[in-house]
Amino acid sequence: MNVRLYLAQRLTAAVMVPLVGLHLAVIVYATRHELSAADVLARTRGSIAWALFYGIFVLAAAIHAPIGIRTVLTEWSPLKRRSADGVAIGIGLLLLVLGLRAVAAVVLP
Amino acid sequence: MSNVRSQLTVSLWRGGEDGRYQSYQVPLRENQTVLDVVTWVQRNLEPSLAYRFACRVGMCGSCAMTVNGRPRWTCRTHVSRVADDGRLEIGPLENLPLIKDLAADMRPFFEKWQQAKGAFAPSKTRHDPIETIRPDSPARRAADAAIECINCGVCYAACDVVRWNEDYLGPAALNRAWTLVNDVRDTANVRRLEAVAASGGCHACHSHQPCQEHCPLSLNPTASIAGLKRRTALSFLKGEIEA
Repeated sequence: MNVRLYLAQRLTAAVMVPLVGLHLAVIVYATRHELSAADVLARTRGSIAWALFYGIFVLAAAIHAPIGIRTVLTEWSPLKRRSADGVAIGIGLLLLVLGLRAVAAVVLP
Repeated sequence: MSNVRSQLTVSLWRGGEDGRYQSYQVPLRENQTVLDVVTWVQRNLEPSLAYRFACRVGMCGSCAMTVNGRPRWTCRTHVSRVADDGRLEIGPLENLPLIKDLAADMRPFFEKWQQAKGAFAPSKTRHDPIETIRPDSPARRAADAAIECINCGVCYAACDVVRWNEDYLGPAALNRAWTLVNDVRDTANVRRLEAVAASGGCHACHSHQPCQEHCPLSLNPTASIAGLKRRTALSFLKGEIEA
């Protein structure tokens, strides 16, 4: 890991700390109030706030996770550094696409 | 002599990478270091035994070996403290290529010292007046905490990240870099910070701290590396270094 990846991982972690807390609070709220899928969608569809909240969350996770996975792969797997870079970038893109699709599904009107 | 009480069973690594442990019986003495044991074997049983030492008083850093599974400075390690039921297993330092027997090849260790810009780059000549450095200044205190390293390689042999990542500069070289980063007389800090901010530099450290646990001088290279992480991150954000 170099200083760029180090900063990217630490900064995305700092971004995700409050987002994880709020995400857990949302889950607790939704289950305590027994919100149905329709209730949830009614709140999220067309909401720029929820789109930004989960959009930023997905983006941060898609940057943060592959940096750690890259380190694990280079240290613990027989993969060469370039291959590990490729796998990590692939996982990052996968997280980004899956995450943004999920966000789109709940926020697009 | 009257203080020879019994025998010690000592296994020493013999040969190169494909060698094996060979067992010897060594007289156990009341006051005996691991280096004494190795020297006794070399003088009395195995004249061809290769190992390395110089000062015998914990200053030169050349006698480190793996003793019962842990890297240690053998000249200051008493047998009574480490023998396991009268047994000692002594091998070369880990994480380094092997030359022969107990002598590890220290070249990668010192090459990384160079890569981390571990050499002092003076800003003055001998004709200039000596620079006054306050002993209580924060930079001098930080350097003092890390300065006593004797380059024994024990931390390098103990480090998990060195084992897993061949590019990692290792605790000793980074600890040395940190002392120079805190030396106001040095002129190479941009190059040094760039060197330790690159892949394989300080950010590869996982802070497991075996370096600190095993350091015979009780230094804390992990703390020095944490200092480098902070300093390089700030310098990078300010645009002082390129990465």
